[in-house]
Amino acid sequence: MKLAVKDELCSGCRTCELVCALANFGENNPKLATLKVTGHFPAPGHYEVKVCTQCGECARVCPVNAIHLEDGVYRVHEDECIACMACVAACPEGVMFTHTSRSAPFKCTACGECIRYCPTGALFDATGEIVTGR
Amino acid sequence: MLYGYGGTILRLNLTTGQITKTPTPEDLAKKFLGGRGFVAKILYDEIPLGIDAFSPENKVVIASGPLSGVFLPSAGKIEFGTKSPATGGYSDSNMGGHMAPELKYAGYDAVIIEGRAARPSLIVIDDDRVEIRDATRYWGQGSFATEKALKKELGEDFQIATIGPAGEKLVRFACLSHDFGRQAGRTGVGAVLGSKQVKAIAIRGTKSIPLADPAGAFKKGKEMYQAVFSKPGFKEWTPYGTAGVTDWVNEVGSFPTRNFQTGFFEKYKEINGQTLREKIWINDKGCFSCPIPCGKYSKATVGGKEFYVEGPEYEAIALLGGNLLLKSIEEIAYANAVCDELGLDTISGGAVVAFALEAYEKGLITKEEMGREVAFGDLDSVVYLLEKIARREGIGDLLAEGVKRAAEKLGSGAEKFAIHVKGLELSGYEPRNAPAMLLSYLTADVGAHHNRSWAITYDIASDRERLDNKAERVIELQHIRPLFDTLGICRLPWVEIGFELEHYAEIFPLITGWSYTWEDLLKVSERIWNLTRAFNAKHIPGFGRAYDQPPARLVEEPVPTGPVAGKHLTREQVEFLLDDYYRRRGWDKNGIPTREKLQELGLDFVQL
Repeated sequence: MKLAVKDELCSGCRTCELVCALANFGENNPKLATLKVTGHFPAPGHYEVKVCTQCGECARVCPVNAIHLEDGVYRVHEDECIACMACVAACPEGVMFTHTSRSAPFKCTACGECIRYCPTGALFDATGEIVTGR
Repeated sequence: MLYGYGGTILRLNLTTGQITKTPTPEDLAKKFLGGRGFVAKILYDEIPLGIDAFSPENKVVIASGPLSGVFLPSAGKIEFGTKSPATGGYSDSNMGGHMAPELKYAGYDAVIIEGRAARPSLIVIDDDRVEIRDATRYWGQGSFATEKALKKELGEDFQIATIGPAGEKLVRFACLSHDFGRQAGRTGVGAVLGSKQVKAIAIRGTKSIPLADPAGAFKKGKEMYQAVFSKPGFKEWTPYGTAGVTDWVNEVGSFPTRNFQTGFFEKYKEINGQTLREKIWINDKGCFSCPIPCGKYSKATVGGKEFYVEGPEYEAIALLGGNLLLKSIEEIAYANAVCDELGLDTISGGAVVAFALEAYEKGLITKEEMGREVAFGDLDSVVYLLEKIARREGIGDLLAEGVKRAAEKLGSGAEKFAIHVKGLELSGYEPRNAPAMLLSYLTADVGAHHNRSWAITYDIASDRERLDNKAERVIELQHIRPLFDTLGICRLPWVEIGFELEHYAEIFPLITGWSYTWEDLLKVSERIWNLTRAFNAKHIPGFGRAYDQPPARLVEEPVPTGPVAGKHLTREQVEFLLDDYYRRRGWDKNGIPTREKLQELGLDFVQL
């Protein structure tokens, strides 16, 4: 699975943020999402969705190697994290997130739930494994 | 512990600066659920009798519902309630966007705003931190200019509602704006905030909503999305949103045209959803968690000026298009953008301008009083009047009062073409051959608004000449539709694409832990309906059947053109509809809830 975005299809509903937080943390709270929808209004009038590209920059800057590449997905190992926030500053997409309820930064786990529930098809799987037909 | 709720009610006294937080009472939640229910109960309990809507003693109640912000389709609706400056009675106005969820993520189910600030103010709710800040530099600014500046000042994560110049100037149909195109449009709540010197409200919340059965609610939420995705309307309705109904309303002869003189606009194909989509649409814009975004974000050029606007949605097409004879989707979009920035409700705004244009044609307003020549179908005239109204300049000061008060001041028969009920102008359905729709307008608690019961589809489906089957359906709709406003979610998946109501009854217990059936929820809605009726009975002197009357045009003048030419209901037929309605509701002949009815609904505390 490779999460990809067509910004021009996004309607800004943030269903992705909601389903992401529920899938990853079991919490009904978009502030615990690992992707981010931003509107650009009143002009030019479109949305932008920032998602993890699994580029690995977070792992590269982590001073304690707490971010591991596993099956093509970079994962934060909370027990190894020292919360220095170097990865948050380094993420080129701004999608390494923090929240007062979490001891470590968190990121996309490539679970694919955002793709399954994106109503417009703005989020899609570039490998074609997840097909929604929308 | 309340599941499905933020858990706290926030109270701000702008006179004293005092901010208080109290736990959301469980009995309030169980009996009135949230949203409109909270607004109705708090206003009933707290608004003193005999006050002016613009007095510091009036209050604005903002409330989300137990389903707002939860993972299910279209869970982003918030209510703004107050004693209405348009009707003097109960009002709540519903708004989409992202504020309802944000309020709950900040931990609040309702915000009560009371008193009057000494200077223009901004209310900032940032989780537990609540502040009343100076907003002098934003006073006089447009709705979206203010929202954009506040996003920059506070951060993109804040959800912001603003009033425009119209709210500051106490225009009785001033709205609140949010998310660059969503409004709490009706009943003048923007003017009440203006009277309190509240320019904007900004909210940010980072907390989770506690759910009674998180795994069960998540599973059911997924099922609900999949059910929406499987509806044919998901793909067929969504590209046009509410504008898609323009053709149908014309074809059944109910499209408000030329100040409701007729129900058919010849050029309707040039202002319908398809034309919007082809000519000016640039992006779909949805409210929080909504899979069927009705918001159509548009860009157009009129008179060399390029502009952006969300919409126009159907009501704006009707009231600014047909009702003012604006003949292109671009012109309607422009008038819509002007209303939005000034903070004027597009429905009442269009209705009031139409009233002014007809009064001018009939010589009740002179050219000198008007300040220039004006005419139906002329965009410059429309924009001129909207700006005069929003600033209460010249003739705008009279028109800012709404058609009822303006007609009373003008006299000379102006009330014959003042198209309102209870002081609120009619929305986009001309009801002379639609008895259930007319009855919906007559009996809606806030005045002539379609939101409480969009019964016109039933009129067409059930023989529009027949009267004896209409009240029953209107009552049924008046319980179902406002229930969405009570739960804090949007009705459009049900109304527009046939999403089944059973889903809501199934997810409600998983969210709240309360084993309410759909019938139980409808009973709450009936309780609220009777409470808002009681509010009107207490707060409006002489309230009753006399306030449930149609504008004279609709019962005296046959529709002159279009598919239902020659039709209108008589006053006797209207009285039949009201008799049937009151009887089925358990109200007396004057339309006042009986003691038995109030007791049946657990409203023993109501004294009428």
